[in-house]
Amino acid sequence: MSNVPSELRYTKSHEWVRREDDGSVTIGITEHAQDLLGDLVFVETPEAGSTYATGDDCAVVESVKAASDVYSPLSGEITAGNDTLADTPEVINTDPYGEGWIFKMTLADEGELDGLMDATAYAEQIAAED
Amino acid sequence: MGKQTPLYEAHVAAGAKIVDFGGWDMPIHYGSQIKEHEKVRSDSGIFDVSHMTVVDLNGAKVKDFLRYLLANNVDRLKQQGKALYSCMLKEDGGVIDDLIVYYVNDDFFRMVVNASTREKDLAWIKQHAKDFDVSVNERDDLAMIAVQGPNAREKVNAVIGDKAATAGELGAFFIAIFDDNWAIARTGYTGEDGYELMLPNEAAADFWNACIEQGVSPIGLGARDTLRLEAGMNLYGSDMDETTSPLESALGWTIAWEPEERDFIGRKVLEAQRAEGVKQKLVGLILEDKGVLRNHQSVLVDGLESGEITSGSFAPTMGKAIAFARVSANIGDQAKVDIRGKHLDVRVVKPPFVRNGKACI
Repeated sequence: MSNVPSELRYTKSHEWVRREDDGSVTIGITEHAQDLLGDLVFVETPEAGSTYATGDDCAVVESVKAASDVYSPLSGEITAGNDTLADTPEVINTDPYGEGWIFKMTLADEGELDGLMDATAYAEQIAAED
Repeated sequence: MGKQTPLYEAHVAAGAKIVDFGGWDMPIHYGSQIKEHEKVRSDSGIFDVSHMTVVDLNGAKVKDFLRYLLANNVDRLKQQGKALYSCMLKEDGGVIDDLIVYYVNDDFFRMVVNASTREKDLAWIKQHAKDFDVSVNERDDLAMIAVQGPNAREKVNAVIGDKAATAGELGAFFIAIFDDNWAIARTGYTGEDGYELMLPNEAAADFWNACIEQGVSPIGLGARDTLRLEAGMNLYGSDMDETTSPLESALGWTIAWEPEERDFIGRKVLEAQRAEGVKQKLVGLILEDKGVLRNHQSVLVDGLESGEITSGSFAPTMGKAIAFARVSANIGDQAKVDIRGKHLDVRVVKPPFVRNGKACI
C-alpha cells in the first residue's frame, strides 16, 4: 500500500499539497504517482513569478517510459521551482514528499484548499484504481 | 487477461509489474528499469522473450526458398549453426518483419520472428513455402530466454551441465541445437555478449530460477527497449514497417545485392530505389540539452520539418536522451527537436550509441 501522509491534501491527478506556516504551499507528486511513472529522468519546473490557475499544466515529469504533466492544484503565483531536480530527478522516486517537492506557490484564494481531497479520500481513490 | 508464457508465475514472484504487450502479459520491469539496464551493461540479466515466434523450416529446397523469401542471402551462411539477420519484404519493398534465421543443416533452418507480427508472418511464409515443398512448423512447445551481459555466458554455463562444453565453444552469431529440444545461440538484442536459449516450455522455470541463483537479474521489456536503442538496433513497428523500405531504415547493410541473378521478393523496387536514391534515411540523435526524446517528436532543420523520431528514450548508460529518427537524406550533423514547443539542439549521429557497456559516440 502506497504511503499517503495524513497532513497533506491531494488532487485526483496525484499531486500533493502541503500548507506551510507562512501561508504558502509546497506541491509535488505522490508516492503512488512516482510508482506509476517508474524511474524519473527529467523534470521541468515552473519559473518563479509565473501565475497559474487551478488545473493548468505547469510542470512536466518524465520517466524512462513517458512524459506526464503536473497540474497546478490551486490558483496563484509560483515562488520557487525545485532546481535540484534538474540534476537529481530520481529524488522524486526516493523521497516524493520531501526532497522531491516540485514547486512552491502563494495562493490567490486560500479557500480553494478546501476543495482538495484529504488523505482518506485520496487513499480510497488509488485503492479503487488498482 | 492476455496470453502467458511459462514464466509468468516466476515474474509475479519476482515482483514484476505486468503489462499487456501485443496480447501477452509480460513484465515491463521488476522495480527499476534503470537498475535493470545497468545490470545488463555491467554484469548479467535474464529476459523472458517467449512471446517471440520460433518457426522451423524443413525441406530439401529450404535454401532456395529462403533465397527467395529474404532480402539478405542465406548463402552467406557458410557454416552450419550460423545465424543471419534479415528483413522479409513485400513486393513493393516495405518491411513485413525483421528476423533472425539460423542455418541448422541443409534441410533445416530455424527462424525467429516478432511477436506482434506473428499471424501475418506465418501466413506470408506458408503462402510462399508451398512452391518449395518446405514445411513450416511453429514451435509453440518452446520457451525463449535471453541472458545478456559481460558475465552472462559464464553464469549460464554453470547451470546447463553437459551442454556447457558445446555452448562455451560457440562463436558469435552461432547456434547449437541439442537432442532434447534445447537450443543455445550466441545472439542477442542488447549490444552485450550473451545467449538466447530456446528450450521446452516445461524446462523454462527451472532454468530461469537456476540463473537467478547464479546472481543473474531478471530484466523487463522496458530495459530491453533502452538496451537495444543504445545498441543501435531497430524495433519493428517503430523504426520500420510495411510503409518503409530497408534503405530508409538504416538496414541497407542487410540487403544482399550480389549475386545479381538472385531473385528475392522486393528486389525490383529496392534496385529502383537504390538507383534513384531514397529521400529519407534513419539516423541517430543525441539531445545536447536536458530533456527526453520521444517517439513522433518532430525533427527540424533551419526551422523546417525534416522528419520525426521513430524511437526515443533516455539512455541510462549515457545519462542523456537518444533517438532514432527518419529524416531527409541530406540532413547535416546538427538539427533541432520540437519538445512541447521548445526547439532543442540534437547532434545527428550514426548508431550504435553504446558498445560493450560504454558510450561509443
